[in-house]
Amino acid sequence: MSVYESFGFPEVTFEIAKGMGLSEGEFEGVKNLLGRTPNYIELGVISSMYSEHCSYKSSRVHLSKFPTEAPWVVQGPGENAGVISVDDEGLCVCFKVESHNHPSFIEPFQGAATGVGGILRDVFTMGARPVAAMNSLRFGRLDKPKNRQIFEGVVAGISHYGNCFGVPTVGGEVYFNSCYDGNPLVNAFALGVVQKDRIFLAKAEGVGNPVIYVGAKTGRDGIHGATMASEEFNENSESKRPNVQIGDPFKEKLLLEACLELMKTDYIVGIQDMGAAGLTSSSFEMASKSGSGVRLDLDHVPMRETGMNPYEVMLSESQERMLMVAKKGYEGKVKEIFDKWDLDASVIGEVTDDGYVRLCWQGEEVAALEAAPLADEAPKYKRPYARPDYMDELQRLPKVEAPKDLQQVLVALLTNESIASKNWVWTQYDHMVRVGTVQLPGSDAAVIRLNESEKGVAISSDCNSRYCLLNPFEGGKAAVAESARNVAVSGARPRALTNCLNFGNPEKSDIMWQFATAVDGMAEAARVLETPVVSGNVSLYNETEKKPIHPTPTIVMVGVFDDVTKRIGSYFTGMESAVYLLGENTGYIGGSEYLASIHGYERGDAPEVDLNREKSIIDFMCEAADKRLVKSAHDVSDGGLAVALAEMCFNGENIGVNVKLSSGIRDDALIFGENHGRVVLEIDVDNVQAVKKLAEKYNLPIEKIGRTCSGLIEISNQTRKLISMKVTDAENIWKNSIGDRMK
Amino acid sequence: MKAGVVVFPGSNCDHDCYHALKHVTGAETVFLWHKDTDLQGVDLVVFPGGFSYGDYLRCGAIAKFSPIVNEVIKFANNGGHVLGICNGFQVLTESGLLPGALMKNRGLKFLCKYVNLRVDNTDTPFTNMYAAGEVVRIPIAHMEGNYYIDADGLKSLEDNNQVVFRYCDHNGTAEDDSNPNGAVGNIAGIINEKGNVLGMMPHPERCAESVMETRDGYFMFESVAKFIGGCR
Repeated sequence: MSVYESFGFPEVTFEIAKGMGLSEGEFEGVKNLLGRTPNYIELGVISSMYSEHCSYKSSRVHLSKFPTEAPWVVQGPGENAGVISVDDEGLCVCFKVESHNHPSFIEPFQGAATGVGGILRDVFTMGARPVAAMNSLRFGRLDKPKNRQIFEGVVAGISHYGNCFGVPTVGGEVYFNSCYDGNPLVNAFALGVVQKDRIFLAKAEGVGNPVIYVGAKTGRDGIHGATMASEEFNENSESKRPNVQIGDPFKEKLLLEACLELMKTDYIVGIQDMGAAGLTSSSFEMASKSGSGVRLDLDHVPMRETGMNPYEVMLSESQERMLMVAKKGYEGKVKEIFDKWDLDASVIGEVTDDGYVRLCWQGEEVAALEAAPLADEAPKYKRPYARPDYMDELQRLPKVEAPKDLQQVLVALLTNESIASKNWVWTQYDHMVRVGTVQLPGSDAAVIRLNESEKGVAISSDCNSRYCLLNPFEGGKAAVAESARNVAVSGARPRALTNCLNFGNPEKSDIMWQFATAVDGMAEAARVLETPVVSGNVSLYNETEKKPIHPTPTIVMVGVFDDVTKRIGSYFTGMESAVYLLGENTGYIGGSEYLASIHGYERGDAPEVDLNREKSIIDFMCEAADKRLVKSAHDVSDGGLAVALAEMCFNGENIGVNVKLSSGIRDDALIFGENHGRVVLEIDVDNVQAVKKLAEKYNLPIEKIGRTCSGLIEISNQTRKLISMKVTDAENIWKNSIGDRMK
Repeated sequence: MKAGVVVFPGSNCDHDCYHALKHVTGAETVFLWHKDTDLQGVDLVVFPGGFSYGDYLRCGAIAKFSPIVNEVIKFANNGGHVLGICNGFQVLTESGLLPGALMKNRGLKFLCKYVNLRVDNTDTPFTNMYAAGEVVRIPIAHMEGNYYIDADGLKSLEDNNQVVFRYCDHNGTAEDDSNPNGAVGNIAGIINEKGNVLGMMPHPERCAESVMETRDGYFMFESVAKFIGGCR
């Protein structure tokens, strides 16, 4: 009996292939490609690589629309993470955002924890030390116990992993909407620092060079996780809990330190982390990118349990593992470094030149597949799409009566989980470790100084998924524009973005239309704002029981500072400052939080984004920061002008604001409308003329709307007093809303 | 002063303490690897924050068996200065250099935020730059910072003026409302009887520069540097 036969694998048929997620057409294609029927191990490998999660088969044709180049882009999409330059001396940042939605629904704590672990590995695989993490999280409303349990578990999982690993989790976004009831979104972002000439790539070059496995041992956890992430959920999904991996942040910390120490030497040729589809995708990617081949002795892989077979070893998604190719003769040196950190490092194969990944067990070849065709020529679908008829109804703006008491409306909005302070979340994250966090969470963007120098980055994560539902094109534009505005309002120049595109089932034409249209919008905004896409991830099939989520293309924008002391916070800093509005109020309430949570309509076309105006606002803010003309600034978004003004008072210092508007717009629409292109500025009286001049230079409307004062939030229009409440009362409502619900 | 920052495999504030000592305070500073036994002639040993050996067991429980900790215990018993911050404080109580224990926060959650601390003892090598009763703002970041000691132990700490920092409100009142983790007596930091070993949960290294929210932590490093002498 051959070694292969000894495993007792079933004979490969279409039924078996279907069980691993392949369609009939795909199975036929595989047979044609190979010129034979794959064996069971090969089929497992192929089906993982053909999964939506690994192959991007539905999205690839659209993703090519994104701009990906700029003079400051060092590494665009295609590697583990994107890289941009911060200065002219080789200082770079490396970053990416990635989804871990499906595992987080099944097992919130470990699902979220391993999402953080995976994105950190993506960054340090490139040779970068992670210095900031962020998350974009979406849950169902907190009145449902199940949603509270998921929310609590996800936040605890992120906290557990990031805190122990030692990366500051500096912020992000958290939204609540019933469309995420059965399908929460957990998008994890990480950013690292690297010198331009020390970036490492996934390469398997040099025939005879050893392939070395490092990190944690392989177990049976997460087998076929990538395939699971490519399916809709149903009532049986909970039974897939064993498909979720278990994270060990301490092990990851050791792996980080050992890898970075190794990367200071010249012993290694290429390195790739084992993420989705584990050893399968890492080995095939490395071989196909270099046009080489590899032979792996799978029985040499360090295993956590006995009795594992090559199929399980290839498909395990055990965490905290890396695959690297070292220079021949340096195996001992590599092992020495890993010994120092008490980690396994085993030679499990070597680089070849025949283009094949050959898998061996006890000396017998049990599978052999050509790397390049599988990695590069995975199925690519042009799925049909069309604007659905229901859009007409969705985009019609309902007529609503103006509430009598707008202060009550403000209170309701400040209580709303999506607008309320997220301090319950970020106090659970160590957001200060590594002494780089020079802007604490709660402002429009996180600001991190790099290597204790004055240079730094600002990071903001944004996506209003309601806008994307109501108008995927404008919603896509808005996600890019708002994240760029948040970065600029903090004083940094937006440079590049990474995105995580969370959508429903792409086999439905309306969902595919949402996807294609949102990508168009994002691509246009990224072009006009000169912020190319350098990395990203697509998560499809976000549906439970056939109910899709709102389209949620999360953007994480990264901007650059030459001097972080120029940063601008989002909270008022003193009394008797002038308060100005940059941009104009149009009173448009379509798609607003006001319309949704006060009147119950997720309706009306999304507000339109004037990208040229947004670009001018960015230029204005960068110059204002450079000249230190602005004391604080906050962009107007969810909840409109009233919420933006109130939030600026919530720094615990009892600074209030007195605003007098004189507008003909209906009061409710004036203070709660969400049209884009607006920033509230706090300006020292001495700088008012300079700021007005600067606005003129960029052709931006600017108007004085009030001043800061002590202890009260007062907003009036013409002669009508709309809001008059104590800062402390409003702040307590806003600050405690989420914590009170989680008690 | 020559300072040494201990590096356990899971330390993650080692680099921050090194920065605060070397670049901000101007002290000669070296890292001390957990498997080593040579303290390289340092005058001050810092146990930094982090998760020493993963701390899936009790925090610091494994660290006390490491080769370097053995040496630090001898060093402290000979009068050497030792500062333990966060996980470092946990290592100090586990290894017996300080009394008491650090339990899980009463809210059962990790907590990272700026807190007010009252400096109750300024007659130490680590706090001589502060004014007695001064309220400072220094951040905490821990899951297990709920200091516990039995009644006799607490009485002895209080009688000997060994409580150095207490959680308080912005007026300096140490009541339950301003206690973030349930620590007995609002205790945030203590010193040993001899006055050469200090452990504290808050992180002074995180607020030692003017670019940070406060610079209140800097004066701890300056205090000890001046006390030992020989800095710039």
